[in-house]
Amino acid sequence: MKSLFKTVIIKTLPVMTGYIALGIGFGILFSSKGYGIIPSVLMAALVYAGSMQYVAINLISGGASLITTAITTLLVNARHLFYGISMLEKYKGAGKKKPYLIFALTDETYSLLCTDDYPKDIDKGKYQLLVSLFNHIYWVTGCALGSVIGSAIPFNTAGIDFCMTALFVTIFTEQWLSTKQHIPAIIGLLAAIICLLIFGADAFLISTMVLISVALILLKPWLLKEENNG
Amino acid sequence: MDNTYLILSISVIAVITAALRFIPFAVFSANRKTPNIILYLGKYLPYSIMAMLVVYCLKSVNLLVSPFGLPELIGVLVVVLLHIWKRNTLLSIAVGTACYMMLVQIVF
Repeated sequence: MKSLFKTVIIKTLPVMTGYIALGIGFGILFSSKGYGIIPSVLMAALVYAGSMQYVAINLISGGASLITTAITTLLVNARHLFYGISMLEKYKGAGKKKPYLIFALTDETYSLLCTDDYPKDIDKGKYQLLVSLFNHIYWVTGCALGSVIGSAIPFNTAGIDFCMTALFVTIFTEQWLSTKQHIPAIIGLLAAIICLLIFGADAFLISTMVLISVALILLKPWLLKEENNG
Repeated sequence: MDNTYLILSISVIAVITAALRFIPFAVFSANRKTPNIILYLGKYLPYSIMAMLVVYCLKSVNLLVSPFGLPELIGVLVVVLLHIWKRNTLLSIAVGTACYMMLVQIVF
């Protein structure tokens, strides 16, 4: 049991620092728009999706309609469909733990659990459960801390919204550096800019997503050929 | 503050996020083979979507009015260059955000 806890803590350490920091960023930002610790913790516990929570701050503070919020959530979190697809095998036989494991499958938890990278004498199900649970706890703690810091220490928060931009730019750069195939990233960039110019800032996400999917499907034979050559 | 609106919004986001996480497990049983087109999109969509999210964050920047998107441009460049150099996610975000906050509060 002791070695299980130790393994989980060591494995989740990078996520802990990341989640506490990004959670604090979320809490500060959310409280700067006038929302206290309860909405912040509710969102962290029930939504538990980092980038979506940052987007949600804009939506909620801007008074977006529930339909807009629903569609934006669909678009921003659609990638989770694909995490699920690649975890079908790994979560098979998880029994009672399975619903929670699926609920708590964030980008970071996925990145830790998609490779079976832990000592062989440890129970797989318990390991998956504890990694998911610990990450969830780090995130809620971070968001709560940020909310307290944001309301206790009044400082000029103008421009703090940029930490969300910085988060996405960082992930984008990391993805760019980790692959030689830059066509999908360029498609996303071009599609978003074109649709932003045509449909305007409030209504370009859906058209962008459609354009991206169509472009990727049309380029499938070519991208797959590249993949085999590279 | 309108609490009903807040609670409804959070509920909508929570339910849809959870649904997206559960759907694959409901649709594709581990015994059946996942369609190739799904696997293909699953592989490449994340790259395109992240690019879209970057544009989404910068959608309100007005290039025609002072400061012409300069703080955003500098902020993004700092994040990208720092990340290429150190590849430390937290450092890139923290320094980039601090730079941007200084730019909008002091310089521009």
